[in-house]
Amino acid sequence: MGKYIARRTLLVIPVLFIVSIITFSIMQLAPGDPAAIVLGGDYIMYATAEEIEEIRENMGINRPPIEQYLSWLGGFFVGELGKSLFTTESVSLLVSQKIEATISTVLSGITIAIVLGVPMGILAGWKMNTWIDRSVMVFAVLGFAIPGFWLAFNLIFVFSLKLGWFPVFGFRSLMTDGPIEFLRYITLPGITLGVAFMALIARMTRSSLVEVLSEDYIRTARAKGLSERVVLIRHALRAASMPVVTVIGLVFAAAVTGTVITETVFAIPGMGRMFVKAVGDRDFPVIQGLMMIFATSYVFVNLLVDILYAYLDPRVRYS
Amino acid sequence: MTTSNRGFNPNEVRQAKGVGSRIYIQFMRMLKKNPNMIIGLVILILFTTLTIFAEFLVKYDPTAIEPIDRFMPPGAKHWFGADVVGRDVYARVIYGGRVSLLVGFMVATFVTVAGLFIGLVSGYTPKLDIVIQRIMDAIMSFPTLLLALALIAMLGGSVWNVIAVITIVDTPRMVRIVRSAVLSVREQQYIDAARGIGAPVSRILFNHIAPNTMAPVIVQATYFFAAAILTEASLSFLGLGIPPEDPSWGNILSLGRKYLQQAFWIAFFPGLVLTINVLAMNLVGDGLRDALDPKLSRSV
Repeated sequence: MGKYIARRTLLVIPVLFIVSIITFSIMQLAPGDPAAIVLGGDYIMYATAEEIEEIRENMGINRPPIEQYLSWLGGFFVGELGKSLFTTESVSLLVSQKIEATISTVLSGITIAIVLGVPMGILAGWKMNTWIDRSVMVFAVLGFAIPGFWLAFNLIFVFSLKLGWFPVFGFRSLMTDGPIEFLRYITLPGITLGVAFMALIARMTRSSLVEVLSEDYIRTARAKGLSERVVLIRHALRAASMPVVTVIGLVFAAAVTGTVITETVFAIPGMGRMFVKAVGDRDFPVIQGLMMIFATSYVFVNLLVDILYAYLDPRVRYS
Repeated sequence: MTTSNRGFNPNEVRQAKGVGSRIYIQFMRMLKKNPNMIIGLVILILFTTLTIFAEFLVKYDPTAIEPIDRFMPPGAKHWFGADVVGRDVYARVIYGGRVSLLVGFMVATFVTVAGLFIGLVSGYTPKLDIVIQRIMDAIMSFPTLLLALALIAMLGGSVWNVIAVITIVDTPRMVRIVRSAVLSVREQQYIDAARGIGAPVSRILFNHIAPNTMAPVIVQATYFFAAAILTEASLSFLGLGIPPEDPSWGNILSLGRKYLQQAFWIAFFPGLVLTINVLAMNLVGDGLRDALDPKLSRSV
């Protein structure tokens, strides 16, 4: 086990190295002078050569690319991700202000997906080829095709504008505003984000349960007279949980993509919305910083999932 | 009666053995097993026809402004209602389908070609494999939409830039599928045999290995088609994909979101059509998967 973990962890280094090169190159390859972005399109024509040089010096972009890359990467290790081109605030500070909203949104989406998706999958797999199974599968296919923003509109239209149960947009902190306000604001974004994963998790749980239920040892368990509940809980679910663990890793990556859309629709002040704004403004240090954070956390979540997987299934370690 | 008492006409059998009719028979058998796939195919064919011949089938110009019809609800005049400047939403959705389907089709094609090429090379040459796989892993570490947005920030939004960006983001996923197919075929005896008689690497790769990777590749291509349409819609919805001059499902929706209270139909119909199309493509993909790649259908 220790050997497997070491081998798997070492693989992270080259991947993160290439991630940093890709992230850094995007700014280097972007056409146009970043100084011009700071000055704003037209002002560059009126600015003197000295003024432009001063801005370039302040931004550190007059140095050779290799040097810039190394200092940028060095900053990443001490948690310093550069400064926004416009507000000149540090990216780490901006992230620390936005991270709570993003984590709240992602976790509520994943919670809804797991809490509803797993039982749906179990029910469908257990009652295979009945109307229950079929309706769960129809839902799973539908949930996968519906784009998040369109689902959000329909939810807002019905539950906020027509019924008035939930606010149209915004975010309340769990810490400062209390759980009731928090839930009122996070429910619709959570559903928006969660439905696709709910569909995926339900599908995965169903298919792995169906496979496990056809195994010999399940027949043995039933033959020796164990109750259906014990067979299902003690024997089938344990084995069927494996693919679900892998899906959580997938879901994490997809949730970050989803949160960009969800935060934009519901005007949640999180990292996804911050990223969209930075792309619109071409604020490259912010784009780079966020890309590094998202990619790094994805790499480590995957590492964790792989280790967990190897722990649950010893065969993985030796392949 | 000219048919023999053996119950079949030998001529018919001979005809059925022709390659064209064999594929036809397989195709019909596949459809028969998968009624859902027929639904998906019918929707896609109908919709594609509608978008291609939109000039003859849609009576309004998607850019024609009619201030008098501003915010007119869906009805006999405007089937899907009219938008903030009185443009016909139905016409915009149908013409918008052109952009969306073009993006989906081009991305699926480019991803397949690039994925096949890189995947074949990577799977067959272990030395290159290590390097290529780390690069692919790195690209896949970025959440898809985030990388697409960052590349758009660099390139700017236009139809072809959107196609290029989604292709870059999706290719590693196709590479992974091709590569794993190659790895399982590579050790087969007939590959050793081909190598033994001195076949060049290019022939082994393209004549012997590539055909055996086709089943999962075709199945995945349909999923990439659907996913590309969703990604395009997301980018345009965020105002960073297709510029607003060309209607696409994403940017019509994006405009409609401001008027949800007064005119829900501006956002509702493009989303509905988008969902139906993605659903249809997924149904076709599931049908193909069950028919071509039975191993996969068991795992998902």
